[in-house]
Amino acid sequence: MAQTNSSRQALLLMLPSYAMLALTFLAPLVWFFVRVLLIDASPSALPDTIVSVVTSRPMLIATVATNWISLLVTATTLLLGYPIAYYLANRDGMRFALVVFCVIVPYFTSVIVRTYSWMVLLGRNGIVNQLLIGSGLIQEPLPLLYNKFAIVVGMTYVLLPYMVLTLYAAMKAIDPTLTRAGKALGADAFYVFRRIYFPLTLHGVISGSLIVFILSIGFFITPALMGGPSDVMVAMLIERSIEITLDWPTATVMSLFLLLVTLALYAIYYRVTDIRRLMGG
Amino acid sequence: MERATERILPLFVTAICLVLILPIAIVIVLAFSGQTFLKFPPDSYSLRWFAAFFGNARWQASLWSSVVIAVIACVIATSLGFFAAYAFVRHDFAGKKFLLSLMLLPIIVPTVITAIAMYFLSAKFGLVGNVLWIGACHAALALPVVLLILLSTLQGVDVNLERAALSCGSSWPRMMLRVVVPLAAPGIVSSALFAFLASFDELIVSLFLTNAATQTLPVRIWNSLHLEVEPTIAAVSAFLIAVTAAVLLLDRVLRGRRAAKA
Repeated sequence: MAQTNSSRQALLLMLPSYAMLALTFLAPLVWFFVRVLLIDASPSALPDTIVSVVTSRPMLIATVATNWISLLVTATTLLLGYPIAYYLANRDGMRFALVVFCVIVPYFTSVIVRTYSWMVLLGRNGIVNQLLIGSGLIQEPLPLLYNKFAIVVGMTYVLLPYMVLTLYAAMKAIDPTLTRAGKALGADAFYVFRRIYFPLTLHGVISGSLIVFILSIGFFITPALMGGPSDVMVAMLIERSIEITLDWPTATVMSLFLLLVTLALYAIYYRVTDIRRLMGG
Repeated sequence: MERATERILPLFVTAICLVLILPIAIVIVLAFSGQTFLKFPPDSYSLRWFAAFFGNARWQASLWSSVVIAVIACVIATSLGFFAAYAFVRHDFAGKKFLLSLMLLPIIVPTVITAIAMYFLSAKFGLVGNVLWIGACHAALALPVVLLILLSTLQGVDVNLERAALSCGSSWPRMMLRVVVPLAAPGIVSSALFAFLASFDELIVSLFLTNAATQTLPVRIWNSLHLEVEPTIAAVSAFLIAVTAAVLLLDRVLRGRRAAKA
């Protein structure tokens, strides 16, 4: 291959993709922020608009709720995902295939279908309540749907595969002779896990938690369908201010805020992760 | 401790796996229910909800529009993404990791923001409801998927075969068409399948960019879920799950072929 014009050729090959991204992704985003914040409104009013939106009561409540839910979801996916990834990294054959099947099928199923399936389970007359009442454990149906609990369950379900795949990649890269050496030198299993295995998976834990948290703070479908009237996350607030109140400046400032936080976290993710590992690719 | 772990771990993993797969399994069972309300297990089974889905002109219109948009997105994302993936695998240039991370942005930026921005621009140019444009917008979201699959596929293509073709006098386009594309074919097909799926299942962008005439299946499910949890939705969901299963199965078969070739 002609190495001399290698980078020019590479540029040419990538041009169509970037052109499409520029047209359908970047241009709308830039145009949206510039138009609403700098052209339709006077640029001098921008600082005041930003301060009033960011410190407004709905935004503060939504920010707290978003962070709280995202932290809970990140923690649950980590607690559930770590043992699954560990199991996958240490098994092969039929058992490996079966667990992979259970992780991959939900991963590629439409988010709306996955959310619907949990609504069917958790509803007032849902499957879980039917079974609990049928077995005589409870008399009145439990309020399982339309609250923060439901949001965390639904989002954990949707985001768990990202955590499992990231952790699995990290665990697969561990040299098994290291833990064997630890055991041979007389360390007990817990000590080996705590001092050798877990530290070696730490970058996976960090990448997995970051990607789940990044995706959580922008989540819309699941909280919108499974949350109660008072469980409003930032992405929902943005959608509402456009669909219901038609308040474009407020929606734009909130979007800018959410976008900047997301990009800042993605920058950290970018530093700690081999980007190709994203989605276990 | 080790023995305890060995005993508890399989139990724990089995429990989680059941929780992962049961919701989907239950939706499939409910789709075949013979009753008008969702009871599990159903007292009777029937195909009436599938009949309600396939027999309804509006659901059919949504299915058609989902397929058309997904095919457009799949063709755009796969063809453009192929060349970009080739550049990333075969060429060395400054800022490679950064350029790659830019291409993954569509899955990182909250889709609500992307969708609102796309709507804002589309409304200005009268593109709301235009399937070609919605397909192009979906292609941006499908591009990261295509890229990640093709990066690993193209790494498996022996560069010496390409060098041999070129030194034997083949032109670059001919070498691509006769050497790289056939060798990478299974990966190209599976990236196309997942690009199709990414668009076919996409909700948020479709929610903002479609109109009454071009509503996709996920949008119709979304609209119905705000009203009530009716069993037709279970049938439509089961249909979407079947499409996912078909894509995963085809990908399995293709992977087997790829492994056999290597």
